[in-house]
Amino acid sequence: MNLPVQTEGLTKRYGGLTAVQDLNLTVRAGEVYGFLGPNGAGKTTTLRMLLGLVRPTAGTVRLLGRPPAAGRLTGVGALIEGPAFYPYLSGRDNLRVLARYAGVGADRVALVLDLVDLTDRAGDRYAGYSLGMKQRLGVAAALLKDPRLLILDEPTNGLDPAGMADMRTLIRRLGAAGCTVLVSSHLLGEVEQVCDRVGVIARGRLVAEGSVAELRGAAGLRLLADPLDAAAARARDLVGAERVRVVDGGLELAVEPDRAAWLNTELVGAGLAVRELRPRERDLEQVFFDLVEKGTADVA
Amino acid sequence: MSRSFRAETVKLVRRPASWLLLAITLVLALIFTYVFPYAGIAGGTDGPNTGRALPALLPDQLVGNSLGGLPVFLGSILLILGVLTVGGEYGWGTWKTVLTQGPTRLEVYAGKLLALAAAALAVVLAVFAVGAVASVLIASAEAQPVTWPSAGDLLTGIGAGWLIATMWAMLGAVLAVALRAVALPVGLGLVWMLAVQNLLAAIAAPLVDWVAKAQEGLPGPNAGSLAAALGAPGDTPGVAATVGGGQAAVVVAAYLVGFAAVGAVLLRRRDIG
Repeated sequence: MNLPVQTEGLTKRYGGLTAVQDLNLTVRAGEVYGFLGPNGAGKTTTLRMLLGLVRPTAGTVRLLGRPPAAGRLTGVGALIEGPAFYPYLSGRDNLRVLARYAGVGADRVALVLDLVDLTDRAGDRYAGYSLGMKQRLGVAAALLKDPRLLILDEPTNGLDPAGMADMRTLIRRLGAAGCTVLVSSHLLGEVEQVCDRVGVIARGRLVAEGSVAELRGAAGLRLLADPLDAAAARARDLVGAERVRVVDGGLELAVEPDRAAWLNTELVGAGLAVRELRPRERDLEQVFFDLVEKGTADVA
Repeated sequence: MSRSFRAETVKLVRRPASWLLLAITLVLALIFTYVFPYAGIAGGTDGPNTGRALPALLPDQLVGNSLGGLPVFLGSILLILGVLTVGGEYGWGTWKTVLTQGPTRLEVYAGKLLALAAAALAVVLAVFAVGAVASVLIASAEAQPVTWPSAGDLLTGIGAGWLIATMWAMLGAVLAVALRAVALPVGLGLVWMLAVQNLLAAIAAPLVDWVAKAQEGLPGPNAGSLAAALGAPGDTPGVAATVGGGQAAVVVAAYLVGFAAVGAVLLRRRDIG
């Protein structure tokens, strides 16, 4: 079965600068894949290589089983590095021109304008659009071909909070409808809310890949109790000393969160005052910074 | 490729700058070919290029008069059109928007060149049409007979004009691809056409033999020679019979193909930023 996106050893160098290095990326059919990285990490360069806009220095790309340079980007829609259209045409006429290139009918133009909620302003000149409207027109253009694979580069840039929420809903809806979506972002919350899997890129290298839960790492419990020393001793007796750590004036227990009720009963039964006992999740932002820092250090 | 041609034609036709350039072309052609010379004749004034007599403005001279501006001034406008058509995609960042819809780079480029060729034909036909009207008006005003060139001469003239106009448009296109911009290709193209070509012809060629010889292979002098061979007035800037009409047509055609091919190679090989 052809994977929607598959790269092997993808590398791009500009003179002495390596923008992307040895990138092995796999996006599975039907998933919403988040491509996460700080500004300048190589996200857009990677996406440009996927679409054949930039020629890789080394490595291979296959989109829906075919190299992008071999022919038309059949079944692929994309919005790369912000929207770009003809300022003297209206939004609708811009899409009509693009529909001619894509070989799709005018009915698709009306449909995608409606999908991004731009029908009312479709007759206005593109030059007069707000940044958010331009972004929505860019997504509409990406959807013109009713793509099986949608590649979106920072799709919520320039959108207000309501527009961002609409965009996330649209992406989730497309994913639920079977469209594979590769969405790049530097916004962790956005990726967390819409993506099935995440790849983290730093200094041109893929430094981690997996579900959001996998990236967060093992779950556990956070315990605040008085007196802390006695609570720590009792907790070690209950779950094992190697699973208990004193962190920031409390305890972190490397156990399944569903053991919280049992632990609470035992600790209270031992005469300890339990002030807080809750599941502990690693903050995704911290995970991201750790991964980026580690990736940067590895490259250096 | 037909999809790209249709899309490019829509973009060209709907772009206000295209119509502005056409209007400037027609106004220049009308004023410098007919209005000023006729005003000089009617007023009996003397000065540069006032040796053009009334017979030179009549309908039977339509072919030469319509071709006279193409080697330099009207050609410059076609060059600008070529730059705008291709360079606009760089300026607006729309190459990625177009290419992600599926067509290959060469399909889009070929569509652009075909649209430019069609636009060049439209410009040449419009220049002939405006010239026809102006010459008939002058003939009527001066009670002169209205005699048209033969159909063969008209077709040959239109064909030659189309060839020259398309060649300049292709030069604009290749400059836009090479420099991936609009302003710089327009500036450099105009400097070449309006300044360097004239300096070479007026100053360098009479002094240096190899420059004079090189003139025979440059696009401007060959365009001027082709126009001259078909009757363009010799006092028009850029019009001079440096080489024969047959050779000029071949060289102009070769430049047309060469410019288009170089642009295609560059566009295909380079990254789209």
